[in-house]
Amino acid sequence: MTVASAAPATPKQPRRAPRSLVLLWPVLALLFILAFNLAFTPGFFHVEVKQGHLFGSLIDVLKNAAPVALTGIGMTLVIATGGVDLSVGTVMAIAGQLTVLLMESEHYHWSMPTACFAGLGVALACGIWNGILVGYVQIQPIVATLILFVSGRGIAELISNDNLTAHSVPFQYLGRGFLFGLPFQIAIVIFVLLVVGLLMRRTAAGLFIESVGNNPVAARFAGINERFIKLLVYSFSGLCAGIAGIVVASNNANADPHNTGLNVELDAILAVVIGGTSLLGGRYSLIGSIVGALIIQAMDTTILTRGVAVEWTLVVKAVVVVGVCLLQAPKFQRLFRRK
Amino acid sequence: MTEQANQLVYAPPRHPWRFRLRAQHIPLLATFVVCLMLYTAACIYLRDRGFFSLSVFISFFSDNAFLGLTAIGMTFVILSGGIDLSVGSMIGFTSILIARLMNPEPFTLFHHTITLPVFHPLVAIGVALIAGSFLGLIQGVLIQFFELAPFLVTLAGMFFIHGLAQVISLSSIGIEHPLLDKLSDFAIPIGSASVRFPEIVFAVVALSAIYISRYTKFGRTIYAIGGNEQSAILMGLPVARTKVLIYALSGFCSALGGVIYALAKWSGQSEGGLGLELDTIAAVVIGGTLLTGGLGSILGTILGVLIVSIIQAAIIFQGTLSSSWARIMIGALLFVFIVLQKILSSRARS
Repeated sequence: MTVASAAPATPKQPRRAPRSLVLLWPVLALLFILAFNLAFTPGFFHVEVKQGHLFGSLIDVLKNAAPVALTGIGMTLVIATGGVDLSVGTVMAIAGQLTVLLMESEHYHWSMPTACFAGLGVALACGIWNGILVGYVQIQPIVATLILFVSGRGIAELISNDNLTAHSVPFQYLGRGFLFGLPFQIAIVIFVLLVVGLLMRRTAAGLFIESVGNNPVAARFAGINERFIKLLVYSFSGLCAGIAGIVVASNNANADPHNTGLNVELDAILAVVIGGTSLLGGRYSLIGSIVGALIIQAMDTTILTRGVAVEWTLVVKAVVVVGVCLLQAPKFQRLFRRK
Repeated sequence: MTEQANQLVYAPPRHPWRFRLRAQHIPLLATFVVCLMLYTAACIYLRDRGFFSLSVFISFFSDNAFLGLTAIGMTFVILSGGIDLSVGSMIGFTSILIARLMNPEPFTLFHHTITLPVFHPLVAIGVALIAGSFLGLIQGVLIQFFELAPFLVTLAGMFFIHGLAQVISLSSIGIEHPLLDKLSDFAIPIGSASVRFPEIVFAVVALSAIYISRYTKFGRTIYAIGGNEQSAILMGLPVARTKVLIYALSGFCSALGGVIYALAKWSGQSEGGLGLELDTIAAVVIGGTLLTGGLGSILGTILGVLIVSIIQAAIIFQGTLSSSWARIMIGALLFVFIVLQKILSSRARS
């Protein structure tokens, strides 16, 4: 307390938990959900091998968490700079729609890799648009990404207003295939996580992102190109959303402009916040976001397998989220420390 | 320097008949000009289809009355520098709550089967309005007293309220009552057209909101908080109370929107109003309210809702364009207005 008040005035920054403790609450929450299932849901931990592939509730949790985890990785870096990206859900819809259209329509009939690269390219372009608005035009992140959020679904519907079926078998492998017995989606998440993790740890990028989130003015005076860093993180978030959109389209063997990525932005933000990344920026945890995505998916799966009416899902989710946020809130913690 | 300081203090103009253009009037003026241009263009382009008529003009307000009501509540929240993402789900929640209270079904709570009596629609509407305000109040308390981000709390609130609506009923429930028939038949003829119940509610709420925002202590405090919360506290304004009340007010406005929605659709739907929160924010921003708070007006928001309605109606009248274009157009307008705000505020600073 005394240290915080003696430090030169930065009212925006609350006191922080030590880095090692950042992961404590999310991991405990995940363990709690798993322990709850161990005690009350028979068969939750049952994993069986069919034709060399693993099946079971746990594997489902891992697999179904992939889209939220992928968008969550991008969102983590965006939130670390003190921003937020509301457009990830609609970017997913645009990327999935374009990829499947380019592959399946008789008019184009592109090969699967080129179509996927085109989809990723458009997603990247959406991210760059957001990045320019936030970094160079200096619009508030919520507002800047709101633009693509509002119009993005319209763009996806313009690409094609129908549900497109993806017949291509190699394309379906992305979402439905197995690698070493595990769903291929998990491999995609691990790959993206490894690449980002290495970039953040082995280069100064992670430090730059945190410094921009901590204090953009100080970062600029320290010679960091704050605008370019912002452009980079939003572009990357767009790219992640593109990957997620393609994975979802592949998993469903279908691209749906109206429902792909609906509410994913909310789940992604929740995953990031549950994972201990501060919404004020300046502190992030990639692993935390993955844990957050797993918590959200484990909750969904638990509610489903417990036979609790589906309609309670959202209520339970909301209560858990507010609970986790309250636990992280300095004001709430102080209530108990005083006693 | 002194000139600048003078501009910040509100002083009545020396010549009341001579209008002096101030920097804060420009966004509102731009909204008005865009609104007029859009309407004129649509009227000229769609003149063969009867776009230019009083009944079409009134339908702008009736079709989007629930958007307008939520946007008015949202304006107060945004003026204070916050944001409320729970308004869309509130519409579905209140509409399904009203429908359920009018057509109760026995349900079990802790192994007791409870059957509620059939409520009169006015009672159901009253309960829904109180429930909406109460949910808003809780969010306000979380935001103010635990210093959680408004964005995050109302995001969770959106999940929670939508979940509550789904718990009440997943499928839509129809409503019927002689009083509602009377309400829907009620019309005040104006020339060739007539004004009905939703427009009247919208007009009453809009006028009271303009009064509240301009002439009450509560309204002035909202502007002060949005301008600079720290200064507002130092000035001794009741910041904590006002901030909590703002979210309750927004909850009330969107609950009222839900009432209108239920009356218009003759049913309650838990999925009603989904995604409306972002349309609402778009309407408020197009209406010239600064998202950082402190600058904007209810009048601007009404114009913003009108612009959204004109775009939607023109695309329906045109007939061949798909409704996706309405979303893209609104997105593009949003972009133009945000950039305009940016330019104006950076010029005001320098």
